[in-house]
Amino acid sequence: MDTPVEHEATHVESTVDMDAVMQQMAEHKGCGTSGGNSKPSCGSSAGQGDMPPEIWEKVKNHPCYSEEAHHHYARMHVAVAPACNIQCNYCNRKYDCANESRPGVVSERLTPEQAAKKVVAVASTIPQMTVLGIAGPGDPLANPAKTFKTFELISQTAPDIKLCLSTNGLTLPDHIDEIAKYNVDHVTITINMVDPEVGAQIYPWIFYKHKRYTGVEAAKILSERQLQGLEMLTERGILCKINSVMIPGINDHHLVEVNKAVKSRGAFLHNIMPLISAPEHGTVFGLNGQRGPSAQELKALQDNCEGEMNMMRHCRQCRADAVGLLGEDRSAEFTTDKIMEMEVDYDLSTRQAYQAKVEEERQAKVAARQEELETLAGQTSDIKVLVAVATKGSGLINEHFGHAKEFQIYELSTAGAKFVGHRRVDLYCQGGFGDEDALETVIRAINDCHAVFVAKIGGCPKADLKAQGIDPVDAYAHEYIEKSAIAWFRDYLGKVASGEIVHVVHGDAEIRQGALISVA
Amino acid sequence: MAYKIVASQCTNCTACEAECPNEAISEGGGTFVIDPAKCTECIGHFDSPQCVAVCPVDDTCVLDPAHPRYRQAS
Repeated sequence: MDTPVEHEATHVESTVDMDAVMQQMAEHKGCGTSGGNSKPSCGSSAGQGDMPPEIWEKVKNHPCYSEEAHHHYARMHVAVAPACNIQCNYCNRKYDCANESRPGVVSERLTPEQAAKKVVAVASTIPQMTVLGIAGPGDPLANPAKTFKTFELISQTAPDIKLCLSTNGLTLPDHIDEIAKYNVDHVTITINMVDPEVGAQIYPWIFYKHKRYTGVEAAKILSERQLQGLEMLTERGILCKINSVMIPGINDHHLVEVNKAVKSRGAFLHNIMPLISAPEHGTVFGLNGQRGPSAQELKALQDNCEGEMNMMRHCRQCRADAVGLLGEDRSAEFTTDKIMEMEVDYDLSTRQAYQAKVEEERQAKVAARQEELETLAGQTSDIKVLVAVATKGSGLINEHFGHAKEFQIYELSTAGAKFVGHRRVDLYCQGGFGDEDALETVIRAINDCHAVFVAKIGGCPKADLKAQGIDPVDAYAHEYIEKSAIAWFRDYLGKVASGEIVHVVHGDAEIRQGALISVA
Repeated sequence: MAYKIVASQCTNCTACEAECPNEAISEGGGTFVIDPAKCTECIGHFDSPQCVAVCPVDDTCVLDPAHPRYRQAS
């Protein structure tokens, strides 16, 4: 679970020190970034990619849907919806839910009024906050009065903020009109199966129309309602993302079928996430030893599903009360006690000025990538390699190897640099002293990579990485990720061609369990 | 018997409060409690007690032997 980081709040006044704001933004922990010039690997690349213009317009600044936007824009979740109407084997409400944005995990429950105040307070403090989501900790549509009251209050005071909803879908068909009424144009439905026999292994029961259903019967009702809700939303032009939890041996192969089913019903993005499962979560899967997928298994499935549909690869499975850019959490700055004391002046023009500046920076990054990509033009090679990148955000290689809490993973080919995921690692460098076991942890997490790009790296880890066949690259410190990765890859291909090095395929890597933890 | 909520098991998820047909459930003392005077065990309303059916933690909404079994008025 996330803890706060040390950022100073930017107090929004009538005039804004833009440099200070940009500096603040650069200090924020970002996460995934844009894909190559080929198909956007999730939601959207830095450019429009192959999305219809109306969808691109809706998602381009959405940190949860655009792999690149969440370098620049922040989201928050408000925990107004504690009740749930289904039971999942990867969730135990008594110990808080471990999966699916760790939605059961919240510090405090909010009333709609408290939530609305919190949203305005956060949006006034963090100008890049553009998205408000309700994701639990239960199911938002099992708490419709609280959920829609919250949306109503926010749309009155902060009309520029995009509203989102994340649901298991059981009661979704009953709430389509309200979702449309409050202009909620992004809905996420968690669909883990379209076959009730598979569903019965994931969902022990549902509560539907005043009755508890179990087994295949429960899964059948749930699946029908989910798909019906999806169809009704897409008919109304409301964007739908599908979340699926990949559970090896239960639904891993089946998710290809799920992907087809949701694609044919108009979902615009599919987010396949690894199961989070540990005995201490107290979940059925945690206790019965059900394992999560390896990095290679997850990527293979995502690649397999990536046909005509965009796959999302940057999901951090964050908490239901997360605040900030993805991969960071500033929720402790905005506890109920603190927000109730805050005097908030919602200044739309300051927010717009900030966001215009962000757009300029994004364009510069896209231009740099395009320029570098042209140097690969005409080259063809079957070689594809993965590289890891240490970044604090803004699309730059700007993190010290030892300070990285996670690495972003890019797949490099002559088609360009494509973001394919992220790997969480524990802090390797604490207090300046490297720890051998921690370094081994990092190596296990990026073992499938040929290089790791960092702003800086010490001598010892450098040697150890080289011994593992991972090239530590600090020559591109503080430069754009994709531009640098493409330049490195061009060089790599050149060395392979000249016989200076031999290209070898790397093995699998481990997915570390749990949400990203920021340490103050 | 009326139902009662085992406080040590309750996760405060509020699900039962919304489902109770008698508005017998409210927040009290940090978790949720059932007013035995209002609880009808859902007899006459539903086939099964709603708090039991919706509760995410097994054996949390249980019959309270301290109160007599509810009988539907005839």
